[in-house]
Parts: sequence; C-alpha cells; structure tokens
Amino acid sequence: MTTSNLHMYVLAAPLLTALFVNMLGRVSRSYVAPLVLGALGFSTLASLGVLSRVLDQGSYSYTVGNWAPPMGIELIIDPLSALMLVLISSVALLASFSALPMVAKEQAGKEHLFFTLYLILIAGLMGLVMTGDAFNLYVLLEITSITTYGLIAMGKGRAPLASFNYIIMGSIGACFYLLGVGYLYILTGSLNMADIAQILPQLGGDAAMATALCFILVGLWIKMALFPLHGWLPNAYSLAPTGAGLLVAPLMTKVTIYLMVRVMFSIFGADYLFVQNPLVQSGMVWLATAAIICASCLALAQRNLKRMLTYIIIAEVGYMVGGVWLANSTGLSGAILHIVNDALMTLCLFLAAAAIAYRVGSLDFDNLQGLYKRMPITMAAFTVGAFSMIGIPPTAGFFSKWYLILGGIEAGHWEYVVALLFSSLINAILFFRIIAIAYFRKEGDHARLQREEAPLIMQGPLILTAATLIVIGLGSGPLVRGIIKLALPVGF
Amino acid sequence: MEQFLAIIIAKYNYWLYVVLMMIGFYAMIGKRNLVKKLIGMNIFQTAIILMFVSAGAKYGAKIPILNKHEVLEHGVRAAQVVNPLPHVLMLTAIVVSVSVTGVALAILQRIYREYGTLEEDEILEKLGR
Amino acid sequence: MSYQSSIWPLAAVLISLLGALPILASDRRPNLRESWTILIAFGKVVIVASMLPTVLNGGGFVFTIAEVIPNVPIQLRVDAMGMFFALVASILWLFTSLYSIGYMRALDEHDQTRYFASFAVAISATLGVAFSANLLTLYLFYEMLSLSTYPLVTHHQDAEARTSGRKYLTYILGTSIGFALPAMLITYQLAGTLDFTQGGILAASGADASTLALILVLFIFGFAKAGIMPFHGWLPAAMVAPTPVSSFLHGVAVVKVGVFSILRVIFHIFGPDLLLQVHLGTVITTLASATILIASLVALTQDNLKRRLAYSTIGQLSYMVLGAGMLTAVGMTGGLLHIAMHAFGKITLFFCAGAIYVAAGKKYISQMDGLGKRMPITYLAFFFGSLSIIGMPPFGGFISKWNLATGAIESGQLILLLVLLVSSLLNALYFFPIVYRGFFMPAAEGEPDGIKEAPLFCLIPLSITALCSLGLFFWPGLFLRLARMAVGL
Repeated sequence: MTTSNLHMYVLAAPLLTALFVNMLGRVSRSYVAPLVLGALGFSTLASLGVLSRVLDQGSYSYTVGNWAPPMGIELIIDPLSALMLVLISSVALLASFSALPMVAKEQAGKEHLFFTLYLILIAGLMGLVMTGDAFNLYVLLEITSITTYGLIAMGKGRAPLASFNYIIMGSIGACFYLLGVGYLYILTGSLNMADIAQILPQLGGDAAMATALCFILVGLWIKMALFPLHGWLPNAYSLAPTGAGLLVAPLMTKVTIYLMVRVMFSIFGADYLFVQNPLVQSGMVWLATAAIICASCLALAQRNLKRMLTYIIIAEVGYMVGGVWLANSTGLSGAILHIVNDALMTLCLFLAAAAIAYRVGSLDFDNLQGLYKRMPITMAAFTVGAFSMIGIPPTAGFFSKWYLILGGIEAGHWEYVVALLFSSLINAILFFRIIAIAYFRKEGDHARLQREEAPLIMQGPLILTAATLIVIGLGSGPLVRGIIKLALPVGF
Repeated sequence: MEQFLAIIIAKYNYWLYVVLMMIGFYAMIGKRNLVKKLIGMNIFQTAIILMFVSAGAKYGAKIPILNKHEVLEHGVRAAQVVNPLPHVLMLTAIVVSVSVTGVALAILQRIYREYGTLEEDEILEKLGR
Repeated sequence: MSYQSSIWPLAAVLISLLGALPILASDRRPNLRESWTILIAFGKVVIVASMLPTVLNGGGFVFTIAEVIPNVPIQLRVDAMGMFFALVASILWLFTSLYSIGYMRALDEHDQTRYFASFAVAISATLGVAFSANLLTLYLFYEMLSLSTYPLVTHHQDAEARTSGRKYLTYILGTSIGFALPAMLITYQLAGTLDFTQGGILAASGADASTLALILVLFIFGFAKAGIMPFHGWLPAAMVAPTPVSSFLHGVAVVKVGVFSILRVIFHIFGPDLLLQVHLGTVITTLASATILIASLVALTQDNLKRRLAYSTIGQLSYMVLGAGMLTAVGMTGGLLHIAMHAFGKITLFFCAGAIYVAAGKKYISQMDGLGKRMPITYLAFFFGSLSIIGMPPFGGFISKWNLATGAIESGQLILLLVLLVSSLLNALYFFPIVYRGFFMPAAEGEPDGIKEAPLFCLIPLSITALCSLGLFFWPGLFLRLARMAVGL
C-alpha cells in the first residue's frame, strides 16, 4: 500500500465491504458488526493518514484509471477535502457503534440490507468531497441520495411517504444541478472543475454563466435544505430509522455545504461571485438570515425531540451558508469550522436521542421526564451537545459561532449578527426546555427512579463525541490555524 | 414577432426541452397522484438528457465511430463527428434516473400496501384519522 | 508587573472542579462526601493563600490553557484584583461548606450529592472568573457559573423552583448571550485583543464615543449577575434556593462575579482615562444610583426575609459599580473594597436567615417577633451584619463606604454623596425593624416554646463571619492593599 493512493483505500473500504456485508450478512447476522466497524475503523485511520500527508506535503490530485484530466476524472486531495474525509469517516464510525444495536432492535433481520446501503452512502460521501469533476459530482450526489432514500424508507409508519417526498425534491435538486453543469459544459466544453475555472473568466460573466450558477446553487440548496427549500427535511430525518438518522443528519447537509463551497470557489471563483455581483452576495446573507430566524422559530413549535433537532439542522444550514457568503476569510473560516463542529454536535445530540429512544421508546417531550435520574450519563452528554448548539464556551459550537459573528461584524452585515445571536437565544430556550423537563419530575414523584442506561456500545461513542466537542473547542486555535486557513481558496 | 420566431427556430431543440421540463415540473409539483409525480420526474430527467444530447449534435456529422487508418492518416476531423462525450454522460444519467425510478417504485409499492391508495389526498386523509 | 508561568492558578480553579468527581462518587456515604467538600475547600484556601505573598510583592502568575482564537488564549492570570476576589470567595466558601452541612442535614434535604457537586463546580467557575486573563476566559467561566448554579437554584424541584429557574436562566443567559457576547466581539473587532491591560485596550482603537457608549451599556447589562436594573429580576426569584446557596452564591459568588466582570471591563478594557475622556462615567453612575435607590425602597416593602436581603443585595452591588463609575482612584478602591466588606456582611445576614429557618421554620419578618431572645447569638450576628452593610463604624462596611464617599467628593459629583447618604438611611430603615422585632417585640400568641439556636454547624460559621465584619474595620490592611494595587495606587 503506497501512501499516494491512500485516499482510494479510504473510499474503497466501505464500498467493497458493502458487498461483503450484503453477502455474508445473509449467511449470518453476526458478520455485519465486525465488517462494518472494521471497514470504517480502517477508513478513519487511513483518512488521518491522508490528512497528515496533505498537511505535510501539500495538496495533490489523483486521476482515476489514469485518464488524464480534463477528460478523465480527477480527485483533488487538499487540506479541506482531507479534513472532510476525516470528519466523514470518524462520524460514520462513531454513528455505526450506536446504529448497530438500534438497527438490530428496529429493523431486526434486515441488518445486512441496512448496512449495505449505509456503507455505500458513506463511500458516496467520501467520493463527493474528493471529486474534482462536475459531472462525477452529480453521479456521486445521486448515489448518496438514492441510498438515503432507501435508508429513510426503511423506517416505520409514514417514513416511506416522507422518503417519496424526499425523492421528488431531491431529484429536482439533482436535476437542477445537472442542468447547471450542462450549461457549463456547453459554455466551456469541459467538466473538470479546474479546467472550467480557467476557461470561464475569458468568457466574461454573461447570462448563460449566471444561469449555470443559478441552477447549480439552487440544486445544491434543495439538497442541503436551505430555507425556504427545506420542506422535505423534517419529515425525512425525523421519520427515518434511528440508525439512519445517526449518519444522515450529521453528514448530509454538511457535505452539501462543502460542495457549495467547492463549486463556488473551484469553479466560479470569488471574484465573479462577490466582486462582480455584490447584490447577489448581500442578498444571500439576507436569505441566510431569514433561514436562521424562521427555522429557529419553527423549532420552537415542535413537541418532539427529533423533530426539534431537524429544525435546528435547518437553522444551522443558514449559519454556514451565511458565513460562506459573507465574502471574508473570517466568515468562511467560521463556516468551514462550523461544518466540522455542527457535524459533531448534531452527531452528539442524535446519539443521545438514539440512546433515549432505545430505553424510553418515544422522543416526545412528555416522555422525557426524570431522565437525568434514569440515564445520567446519556443526559450529561446530551447537555454538552446542547451547550455546544447554544454556543457556550468551551464547547466547539461557541468558537465557530465566534468566527461567524466576527465575520458578520467585519462585513457590516449586522442583520446576520443579530440572527446568530437570536438563534443562540432560541437554542437556549429550546434546550433548556428539554433539560428542565428531564431534570424535573412529575409532581409528587419523589421516589428514586431506577437507573437504566443504554448499552455500553451506545454510551461509548456518545461520551467520546461529547468529549470531542470540548477538545475541538479548546483546540480550535490550532485547527483553524493549521488546517482551515490552508483550506481557504486563493485570494482569501 | 418574426425575430422572436427566428430565435425559437434557431434553437428549437432547447425550446423543446424547456417545454418538456415544464411539463415534468408541473406534474411533480401539481399532481396529487404519487405515480404521476414519478412520471413527471422522469419527464423532467428526460428533458435534461435531451438537452445534453442535443448539445453534442452537429449538422451533417456522423456517429463518432472512427476508422483507425483514416485517423492515423488525416487525424480526427472533429467537425464531421458528433461530440460523443454528452452521450456518454447521459448513459450514466440514464442509469441514475432508472435507479431513482426503481427505488421510488419500490417505495410506492410499500405506500400502496400500507394505505391502499396512491392518491396523496386520500393518504393524508387516512393519516389524519 | 511581571508574571511568572505557574500551574498554581489552574490548580486553584481545578481543585474543586475535579473535586466534584469524588463527591459524586461517594453518593451513598454522606460523611465521606462532606469530608471531601471540606478538604477541597481547605485546599482551595491554601492554594490561593500560597500565591498571596508574590502578588503583594507586585508579582503574579500566569497559565495558558489553550490558544483558541488569534491573540485570545484561554488563560489564567493572578493579579491583585483577581487575588482580592479569589481570597474573599475561597474563604467564604469554606464557611459556607460548613454551614451547608449543618443546614442540609438539619432539614434532611434530598439529592445532597448533586447539591455539593454543583457547589464545587460553581466555586471553580468563580475562581476562574477571578483569575481570568482576558475577556473570553472570563466569559467562559461566567457562563459555567450560570449553568452550574441552575441545579442549585432549582434544588427543590417543585413548581416554584421550576418557574424561578426559568427566570434565572432567562435573565442570566439571555443577557450574556444577547448583550455581553456581541459587546465582546465588537471589542475584539476594534482592539484585536481581549487581554485585560492596565489602562484599557480600547483607547488605541480610535472608536468614537457613541460606539464606546454602546459597548459600555451592553457590557453593564450583559453581566446581569451584577443586578443593575432593569435586569435584576432574577435575584429575588433565585431566593427559592436553599439558604446556603442564597448566602454564598447570591450574596457573594454569583452577584460579585457580575460586579467583578463589570469592574474588569471598566478598569482593564476601557480604562478610566478613556471613560473620563469621553464622559461615560455618568452613564455608569446614573444606572448605579438609580438601582441603589429603587432597590433600597423596594427592600422596605418586602416581608419575606430572604427577598428583603435580595433587594438589599441589588442595592449594595450597585455601590460597587458606582464606585468604579466615579473613575477616581479612591472611588474605585471603595467600589472594589465593598466587594469584600459586603460579602462578609451579607453572608452573615443570609446565614442568620437560614439559621432562623432551620431553627424556627420561619420565612417572613412579620412572624419573627420575639425570636431574638431565643436565638441571641444569631440575632447578634444579624445585627453586626446589618451594621456593616449600613456602613456604621466599627464595621468593615464603613471603610468601603468612606472610600466611596471620598471618591464622590474627589470626583466633584456631590449628588453621588447624597445618593450614598440617602441609601444608607434606607438601609438602616429596612434592617433595624428586623432586629427590633426580634429583641423587643413580644412573641405571638400560641408560639411553640421549643425554639432554640440552630445546630453548631450553622452557628459557628455565622459567628465567625460576623466577627470578621467587625475585624475588618480594625484590620482592613490586606484587602485595602490589594484593592489599592488593583486600581494602581
């Protein structure tokens, strides 16, 4: 194994294992867990190797099957995509520890099918962050989407309906993206991002280019559930099987935001987006502001933990989109840092929700009473995740919010600053409502509640994630300086 | 008016796909029957596939199957063959579209088994009960 | 001033934070658990005291935990001002721990482990605030304190506790996220750093007066723990907590953390010179004066003893802010000094209120007639405490009020002197009736006879703090010296 194509092993491990999980899982369910954990553990280690190599020796590109770019498909491994690889593989690994018992409980007998899709989804996400080819990106986007449709549809009750709605919306998004790529191809005759980026400025920003940008961005916004295109997300994520939610909720929207960053800066360039079209730029910050405020308010209306979390995800999408469109390096660093942090804190909260669901069953607010007594460790981790969402130092969420707000101040976009603070306050209300419910008990019920924690295999990753939130928070200085500053596009 | 017609005729392939796309889009958003939504989605995807394919077309060009000796002698005369790349891309896109349709149909089956209907209104009514 | 790198500041903060773990672990063995609490409290005082000589010699300690944002590490630094506050807090925590044991056991409270563990975390946060080297670190510990005190405020876990807890968090978290955080970010944007520097960091930024005024007001309201009106409502609400919590947290730690933060901002972020230059001192003094007078008047109307003490606290806290707002060295010394003097006085008063509740089960002043004859020590201590708060010699409160008054004269704002005098009169008006009723009114008909003094665990700490109030008049040297060093005299 040479180190130059280590990233291919990162991707290949879950993809190939998906096949084995499907085949061996039919023979015996007991093969599923070691295969999944083994593959993802390997991926995590290898992705760390990729990251250290990139930091050590700089970015490099890799041509699949030796077809030279711009014709062949090019994979770009730079600090940003390496960071995303680490994020995806580690989140997936942590999530699967918890997903295994959940799936065994909720989708008994279908473990091998579930984890086949699960692993392909992970491989698709990894491909997405590496690819340097606009059309390849579409294909991978659809691979991740199709597997997600399948995973969500495995849920109970209304899940298939939610999944179908997601299919319709997701396909519109993907088709818009494809359409945009079509325009770019007609304009430039190329599909390689770097190649397109070289040709585009020579054409001058004409209407066709604007149309292409428009279609691509709208397509991605649908996929990332940017308000007001978020309609599909709450149902799809909250009705999905718990095991699927663990993976999909932390990663899907975040990876799509990464894609937006990639497309914006690797294809169109900061100059075209921000300097030539300042109106679009500030309009986008306003849209993000609206997204944050509206989604936060919608979250207030929810009476179920998981549904509430889905609306918070939508609000967080607004954070990151706004941060990217602030058009300064502070905002962009904040957005990228928030991709990492938000993935981890969403994971933390969904892991806690899974642990609660495992013991309590329902996640409606009314059923959460007395949880601090029943599941103290789970709730402690939940509290850390909640603090991170609210943005209380030294949890990770505070520091990315710091950069985002600072970027807003720098850019003079006070509306965005106010929206972020407003959303922090709403998050505080949301989470302290739950904390209060779980902390207080029913009137007069002073009997000592029985302690019944989730199994250790679910607690382990939960505690680890909660600890990571604090470690990343304290280490955000080196993280920003060492990786994210390197990941910013040229000109920032 | 004549100018307008001229524009339409000059790029009629694109106009055709715009019309197709709108039909598909309408079906996806406006129809209440889930299968019709799915068909709309297929029309939508087909429109995009047509756009790509037509982008590769050239007047009087042949299919891109080259004679090895001729190429070695004269090189590729790009104007005489249609651009094969869009076709290749669309093969992939068709595969994607087929698989999405497959997944969607499977899900529709589950929905039908559960609710006994594929009309969105009726399903919502049953859920509301 | 030179700072030497040392692990001791971290140790002082961490000892009680890590100490929460053995406390939690010995859930089922109360005696062991309480031994831990006392041991940690003692260790804390020792660690803080061990750093005192260096600070008095003009030195200091610094410890960097992590570099999180360019130019803004999470850093602990021990300077005179921090030392001053840390000393007050850690000494009083020791007494409170003793008192808590007596109080909680006498009332047979539930969930005592959680109580003691949260207390340990809260005192860690308090010392963290005292030793913060920059605004971000201060904010971190400030929030940690807000959150760790929530279980303490809502300890009883009934409907009233729930409502009060919600109010507590709404005020404290709402203002810190809504006001203090943006103020901090704007400051960072302007100055490029958040380090506490003698003379302030904003002077060099060239920000105009209106921006500075905005930041100042955001900070004053943002640190709502200081109880500046109109963001004072949480303090009376928080009185549902068990009395040791009210006495320590809402007499000393939490509220003083708010004041300390405001003082830090005035001294070391703005710098008195800058504030003088743009005439922003009046903003501070106006807000503080209004709070002093209104709170004192409201205190007169309260029948619930703890609520009266709460409103008294709100008024007294603004004395400290007022002193800082005078922007003269003497006034600032007085403000800082009042942190210590008020702490010893007010904790005595709260301890007494708790002792009365433990011994007689009474919460309302109107029911406390004749109680002084049965609980003479408690009532004497109460009398001492109230005299100190009013500012009578020979009690500690006199020293700080003297400095405040001198500062008011020095700054040429005689109206502030008037505020101080009127407020002292009001203080006397709301404290003396309590003592008078206790000693000279006959007990109500049908009063049970069995009322005796509270248990020794309660009585000893309150006697000591009362005597401390007395002693601080004669020997204010240590605190006075630290306060003078802090304002650069």
